[in-house]
Amino acid sequence: MAYSVSICQIDSDSESESDFENMGESEPDRSSFPLFGEPAASTQRCPETLQMDVFRECTGTNADRLPFPASGHVSGETLDREQMNPLQRHRWSAATLKVLSAMPSRTAGMRSAAVIPRRGRESSQLHRQQTSSCDSSHPSRTIPEDGEQADMEEVGTEENKKRQLMLDLRGLSVSEGMRKLRATPLSLADKMDVRRLAFSDLAESSLIGGNIACCSSLSVYISRTWRHCQFSCLPVLTSLQLWHSPMKRLSGRFGTGVLSYFLFLRTLLLFNLLLFVIFGLFLVFPQAVNPPPHPHGSNLDASFSDLTGLELLTGTGYISQSVMFYGYYTNTILKTCRAANSTAESSHLPVCDTDKPQTVPYSIPAAYFFTIAIAFFIICVILVYSMSKSFGRSFQVLKSNGNLAVKVLCSWDFKVTRETSVKLQSEKISTQLKELLSEVIPGEDKKSCMHRLRRLMVHLVAWATCLASICLGAMAVHYLSEAGMEQSLFKDAELLLLSAVVSGFNLLLPGFFNLCAWIENHDSPSVRVYVSIFRNLLLKVSIVGVLCFRWLGRIAVEPESRGLQCWESFVGQELYRLLLMDFVFTVLYTFLGEFLWRLFSKRILKRKRMPVFDIARNVLELIYGQTLTWLGVLFAPLLPAVQIVKLFVLFYMKKSSLMLNCQASRKPWRASQMTTLFISLLCFPSFLGAAVSITYVISTIKPSSRCGPFRNLTTMFQSGQLWAQELENAHPILSRLSWAYNAVLENPLFLFLASGVFLLVIYFHTQVVDGQRRIIIRLEKQIENEGKDKKFLITNLQAIYERSSLVSPHR
Amino acid sequence: MGTTASQLGKDLLSEYQELTFLTKQEILLAHKRFAELLTKDEKDLPNTRLSMERVLTLPELKSNPFRERICHVFSTSEYKDGSLTFEDFLDLLSAFSDSATMEIKSHYAFRIFDFDDDGTLDGGDLEKLVNRLTGETDDTRLTNDEMRQLISNILEESDIDKDGTVNLSEFQHVISRSPDFVSSFKIVL
Repeated sequence: MAYSVSICQIDSDSESESDFENMGESEPDRSSFPLFGEPAASTQRCPETLQMDVFRECTGTNADRLPFPASGHVSGETLDREQMNPLQRHRWSAATLKVLSAMPSRTAGMRSAAVIPRRGRESSQLHRQQTSSCDSSHPSRTIPEDGEQADMEEVGTEENKKRQLMLDLRGLSVSEGMRKLRATPLSLADKMDVRRLAFSDLAESSLIGGNIACCSSLSVYISRTWRHCQFSCLPVLTSLQLWHSPMKRLSGRFGTGVLSYFLFLRTLLLFNLLLFVIFGLFLVFPQAVNPPPHPHGSNLDASFSDLTGLELLTGTGYISQSVMFYGYYTNTILKTCRAANSTAESSHLPVCDTDKPQTVPYSIPAAYFFTIAIAFFIICVILVYSMSKSFGRSFQVLKSNGNLAVKVLCSWDFKVTRETSVKLQSEKISTQLKELLSEVIPGEDKKSCMHRLRRLMVHLVAWATCLASICLGAMAVHYLSEAGMEQSLFKDAELLLLSAVVSGFNLLLPGFFNLCAWIENHDSPSVRVYVSIFRNLLLKVSIVGVLCFRWLGRIAVEPESRGLQCWESFVGQELYRLLLMDFVFTVLYTFLGEFLWRLFSKRILKRKRMPVFDIARNVLELIYGQTLTWLGVLFAPLLPAVQIVKLFVLFYMKKSSLMLNCQASRKPWRASQMTTLFISLLCFPSFLGAAVSITYVISTIKPSSRCGPFRNLTTMFQSGQLWAQELENAHPILSRLSWAYNAVLENPLFLFLASGVFLLVIYFHTQVVDGQRRIIIRLEKQIENEGKDKKFLITNLQAIYERSSLVSPHR
Repeated sequence: MGTTASQLGKDLLSEYQELTFLTKQEILLAHKRFAELLTKDEKDLPNTRLSMERVLTLPELKSNPFRERICHVFSTSEYKDGSLTFEDFLDLLSAFSDSATMEIKSHYAFRIFDFDDDGTLDGGDLEKLVNRLTGETDDTRLTNDEMRQLISNILEESDIDKDGTVNLSEFQHVISRSPDFVSSFKIVL
């Protein structure tokens, strides 16, 4: 049917832009107008078949169908009835069907209608009007002439369209034109023709002369790389194609849900890489190149050869004095030469040569302070940006009244390639559709009161148990920490106890939560996922909270009484231990939990079902590890490197475990909303908590007086202030800047103003969204009315055919 | 402008790069995979056309329930047999690639789901679509009642002009409500 459309010469209208701005204009008129112009034209083109069909049809037509009521809208009763029914195919004659299938809204998908400009439409419509007006008086023409004319006109239309497209492209610059051409749904051969004709001059010149080709190919390469950077969903530093093929295999087998976990892992790896580069360049490298002198009288004189495996795990011994931890850093200013009259302190440096350009002295404390501040600021910006982009993608302006259409039309994942996975996906979709239909089809809604009460009780009990277990875990950690404080013994193996207990709780309690969720048996799978995420999050937040209290509330406050010379290094070591223990326990869980469970269920329970990869739990584990890294970066600048190694190994471990032990989940997983949730969890509790703790430490807590770059200062923040002061003294111009800083940023009025402005902007945006919603509703009503008009016109068309066929049956 | 299977000219490669959404590596990989499907004699002919059966031996398409529709949509053959030349194959990969725009993807998705090629998705198209989605086994197939209810619900939700079919604009409107569409309408070699 569609290929007979071309004979009836339709110039298709573009509706490919999904914005509704065009709808209010004259398009509806234009689309309804050709209907009157065309029928006479189409009568000429295929008169033979038409006459036969109409003749056949007219014997069966309903004689009391009224043509042409006075008003254009629904008035007559019969028309009312007909317009209520959709345009059912079997009621119309062949000619009407031809006209229907030639309607612009139906041919928009077939042709390259996207770029046909309005000029083209008008000119060809004019052409059609003329033919129709002079031929309407002679409805019966001989056929062969029309046939040829039809063919030629069809070819003419194709050429016309291409010409219009070329003219359109010529008006644009080369890159714009190329982009437009690329986005046109034409076949590649057609695109090459159009390109050749539109850009013939440029195309020829690019073939001549290798230089020009080289430059254009370079610019093409650059633009392509830039486009790929833009298209990546997070502002990744490089368009790193890390792990591309493993991820493809995973998504082919398990789908988009599991893939989102690995993408998240890769994102975290890149964050840590960024941190590592910043810290390495500005902090670790200068200090490593200028090692501090050995502290005299220190009893921790370890050397590299004494490094044992346990020390690697606990972070004590040799490592505690390395560049890894806070204690290594000095509070000196690094210079490459000394002034002529300086003291004997820096006697090992050569005297500064006043002729040679002097290197800038590098102050380690200031570098430490500003590196931390700037790194956190950059990460904050990146996180907020990616969160807003992700949120923007998943936000829906208009809440739909149901999601069956979306589920049917958009839910097939084309990336899945294995046959078993395809079958599984079909099953999943079928189950979801049946569930949704059972909700829609009115069934037994009324649950008895007892049933509901029972479910409520079950929910309450489950929540109570989970909360109780979280409290229990937090209190156990707190008690252990206090007990450790009392004894103030810091032997190697005992140090690991706290970390092991924390990791143990992190491992076991989520399993317990899963059990509770299984007993509770929520109706909707998404509710189950959200509840599970919330419980896990609560657990992790409470444990990290207890640990923070231990470090900041106990250890940092009275370090001397605990026998600690350098409390920051100690806290850094604790965080290092926590990270490593977490990793060890994850390895154990992957091995025991998944591998052995699979063997157990296969051999002993004899079931075919393998364990399912729990995405929510694994992502929260990643977020927890990242929170620890962010907390610890102040106390152990090389912690991001540890995290990088850990994430790298974790990727391969999880991937192989997944391939061997797990099967794809049967529960639906809305990937982009989940990704938004994970990014926001990374930003809000995780990063914000770490940033607040770090700010608290920097601004309030007194640094230890015998180690680190901030010794002899009241707070770490003071180093920044002192550096600014020194800079001011050196360059008086900057005093204006510091005055401005003091007046603006430390004045509460400024903060109030800023928050007020932000709130106003947010309010305006919500109003705009509301307005858009209203417009959408109104436009949908308008489209519905246009649809009614269309039905009315088609009905009249049918009536005309029948009348004309009654008048002249043989032609 | 033909291309023998053994090599791909530089200017042709750059032209493909400009006109599709594929990178140079992706085009070369596509060329390699396409050449693997050709027999020895066909390798020397320019612009060879692969029959649909051979295209469907590709692992990325083999189990896809929409594989025949995909071949039909991207085929430029006069006989409408779903056979693909190398350029049709590139068209296919470009529409399913990472960087393709939403408009291109929704346009081709619409054509793939339009089983009778009449420019709209009517009840018959939707029924065939649902059957392909749920698989052809007995326990996953929907009953007649459920199918009827489903189709009427879909039309109620997405048919804005109430003509009983879903046209391209209405389809794109539905798609825009699903943020996962772009990431799931992807085939990577």
